[in-house]
Amino acid sequence: MSRFATQRLATLTLGLLLAACTAAETADAPDDAFDAASNRGQAFIADASAEPNILAIALGSPDHSTLVAAVQAAELENVLVNAGPLTVFAPTNAAFDALPAGALDDLLRPENKQTLYNVVTSHASPGKFTLELLKDGMQLYQATGHYVDVEVKDDGTYVNGAKILATVPATNGVVHVVDQVFLLALN
Amino acid sequence: MNRKPNRGLALAGAAVVAATLGVHACQSGSSGGVGAGSMVAAAEAVYVPPGEYDEFYAFMSGGFSGNLTVMGLPSGRLLRTVPVFSQYPENGWGYSEETLPMLETSHGFVPWDDAHHPELSMTDGVPDGRWIFINGNNTPRVARIDLNTFETTEILEIPNSAGNHGSPFITPNSDYLVASTRFSVPIPNRDMSIEEYRGNFKGTLSFVRANEPGNMDVAFQILMPGYDYDLAHAGKGPSDGWMFFTSYNSEEEHTLLEINASRKDKDFVAAVNYRRAEQCVSEGVGRTMPARYTHNHMDEATHSAVSEMKTEVYVIEPSDCSELVYFLPTPKSPHGVDVDPTGQYIVAGGKLATVIPVHSFERMLAAIEAEDYEDVIDDIPVLTYESVIAGEVANAGLGPLHTEFDGRGYAYTTAFISSEIVKWEIGTWQVVDRIPVYYSVGHLMIPGGDSREPWGKYLVALNKITKDRYLPTGPELAHSAQLIDISGDQMRLLLDFPTQGEPHYAQGIAAELVMNDQTQFYALSENEHPWAARSEADTRVVRDGNQVHVVMTSIRSHFTPDNIEGFRVGDEVYFHVTNLEQDWDVPHGLAMIGAETAELLIMPGQTRTLKWVPDAPGIYPFYCTDFCSALHQEMQGYARVSAPGSTVPLRWGTGGSWNTN
Repeated sequence: MSRFATQRLATLTLGLLLAACTAAETADAPDDAFDAASNRGQAFIADASAEPNILAIALGSPDHSTLVAAVQAAELENVLVNAGPLTVFAPTNAAFDALPAGALDDLLRPENKQTLYNVVTSHASPGKFTLELLKDGMQLYQATGHYVDVEVKDDGTYVNGAKILATVPATNGVVHVVDQVFLLALN
Repeated sequence: MNRKPNRGLALAGAAVVAATLGVHACQSGSSGGVGAGSMVAAAEAVYVPPGEYDEFYAFMSGGFSGNLTVMGLPSGRLLRTVPVFSQYPENGWGYSEETLPMLETSHGFVPWDDAHHPELSMTDGVPDGRWIFINGNNTPRVARIDLNTFETTEILEIPNSAGNHGSPFITPNSDYLVASTRFSVPIPNRDMSIEEYRGNFKGTLSFVRANEPGNMDVAFQILMPGYDYDLAHAGKGPSDGWMFFTSYNSEEEHTLLEINASRKDKDFVAAVNYRRAEQCVSEGVGRTMPARYTHNHMDEATHSAVSEMKTEVYVIEPSDCSELVYFLPTPKSPHGVDVDPTGQYIVAGGKLATVIPVHSFERMLAAIEAEDYEDVIDDIPVLTYESVIAGEVANAGLGPLHTEFDGRGYAYTTAFISSEIVKWEIGTWQVVDRIPVYYSVGHLMIPGGDSREPWGKYLVALNKITKDRYLPTGPELAHSAQLIDISGDQMRLLLDFPTQGEPHYAQGIAAELVMNDQTQFYALSENEHPWAARSEADTRVVRDGNQVHVVMTSIRSHFTPDNIEGFRVGDEVYFHVTNLEQDWDVPHGLAMIGAETAELLIMPGQTRTLKWVPDAPGIYPFYCTDFCSALHQEMQGYARVSAPGSTVPLRWGTGGSWNTN
């Protein structure tokens, strides 16, 4: 096996560990489907990068394991490594914990996958809105078509009522860590 | 290489994930991959046995290479690179004296452009295989490529334009192609503050006469509000006579557009009644504006390009010509605008939108009739969105850009951010299938997919990101394309292949519409090049001051003359080479040591000229570059260069006998 093929296999392993479903499970893809990891999408390829992309930031943050699980369950990994640019408001595990009891489990049920997809994508805004571009009174357009309000208060910047706790630049946009989950897509 | 998957590993991975998440999250719908059985079927579907032909020509724009790339489908084989706005050392295009004028502009010689959208000529709304046009995005130009010769034969600069992106979309009988300006600028252009953009910067929509080779001309321009005009498509059938243009930046911003031009909920599709424009032009309601722009064309008889500077252009404004332009509100910075084969529906891809809006031409006419306006901007009525919309396609992927059609009632839209192609049904507006593409697709192409009668068999995804699709080649990678079978209910990935430059958009046509009418050589008897030598008896060397013209021939396997003496340092030498062959696929080349240009590649019956300025006394060999015969390596010659003021006489010959004047 060539070096390149070996690397592909290593990437495949990583891809499968990241992925929420495999070729063997997918209903209409036979179990002998193309094995190239990249046929699963950009999130599953080995890619040297000086700075992390949005997905890598989320994966690397122990405070966002619930968000990562939701992203994987909604199969949104490839979107978060796309050229973007995207602004992602990333709720912490504590933010998810604050949801009403059972709400998260409910969202993670397979039959609610589309709702989960909408809930997660309502946290993304097309364009790179760094902290200094978020001005008081602004309305931000989210990938689901919802608008969220920006408020700049003495103690920080709030988006859709959620406080920005930290900001991490990404190669394909920017991640703002927030203290609340956006529930726009449920209304 | 073993292509079988490691099932044990896959199942182990699944177990880990399932344990971690406690959920099952497999997506239904097409997986995009194919199984081993279907891998064989995919291979068979794209295999073109040796000696047989592809079914379709695909014309891929070379993007920032300035070229047009010709490929075969379904094989994905490269057939030809046609230089358009670029210099091309392979055949001397843009270097030879005959082709230099093709790249002249009002800014001087501009040997590069960003070629985005190939557009086949049409008859009755169907590609006819006569010509293909392509736009130069940067220094606004449109070009015609003749599909008998696969040579660029005409280039027209577009005045009052900046960033000729929305071009060169053609009307159903090739009466006009359009050129809409991406950047609004002051018109006429002048020195003013960028901050005074609003109200002072204008856009233009140009209509270019396209159906008469050698006579492309701007018939008229429509002066528009200062938005960014992006793409266009002509109406057809019931909507014949209308042209639809997308625009964004109706915010009229001039800085940080990625944020500032995305504020409004809706921008516009501009619907232009160009038959009405013709009336207004004939009534003289517009005005002739001074302008400077070039028209360059290749004269077939002399094999030489001519560049002329035009000095005026006819401009009309919507305020002077009522019922000319209507705005159709369209969500979120629309990019592509595509008209379905029946001509009833106008599909816009709002690159930030969450749905694909589909406007109804019939409803548009009714709204115009009822004056159902929600606004009027600069005398342009804005029709009420709800009154013109036929439907919205939901769940159409993130970042919808472009749509083409299969002629069986389905539309296919690219989604850049979610990197997929989404198939949906016209009329029900329901998504019926989706397939991932690798990665971040921009345009897509179905042969004839923007026409009245698509060949709905294959779809090519033209992707912006390549990453690991092919063996790596350092930081710079060929852009990737994928061939997808759309003949069944579900899309099926067949093939991955690299492309040249940026294959921004492409067009495809059934091979028989092009392959049966090919020029195989140029008739020597019709060669009216002023320095042509129709036989070896016509060859000569002429001195005119410090200019020396070598009238030369090539035929397997020698040049006439092949020995030349009497050049002097300080001379400008022009080798005018006529290829005497009258047979297909026998080009000859000429390469001269130290020439600061490129080689010449001369087609049979053609004359091409290489300029050479010798810089020191000595003997300089030249040779044929195209492997023309078994004695190709013998096809060579010598030029003798003497010092300035030398008395060495001018003499030339082949085979030992010398000629003099």
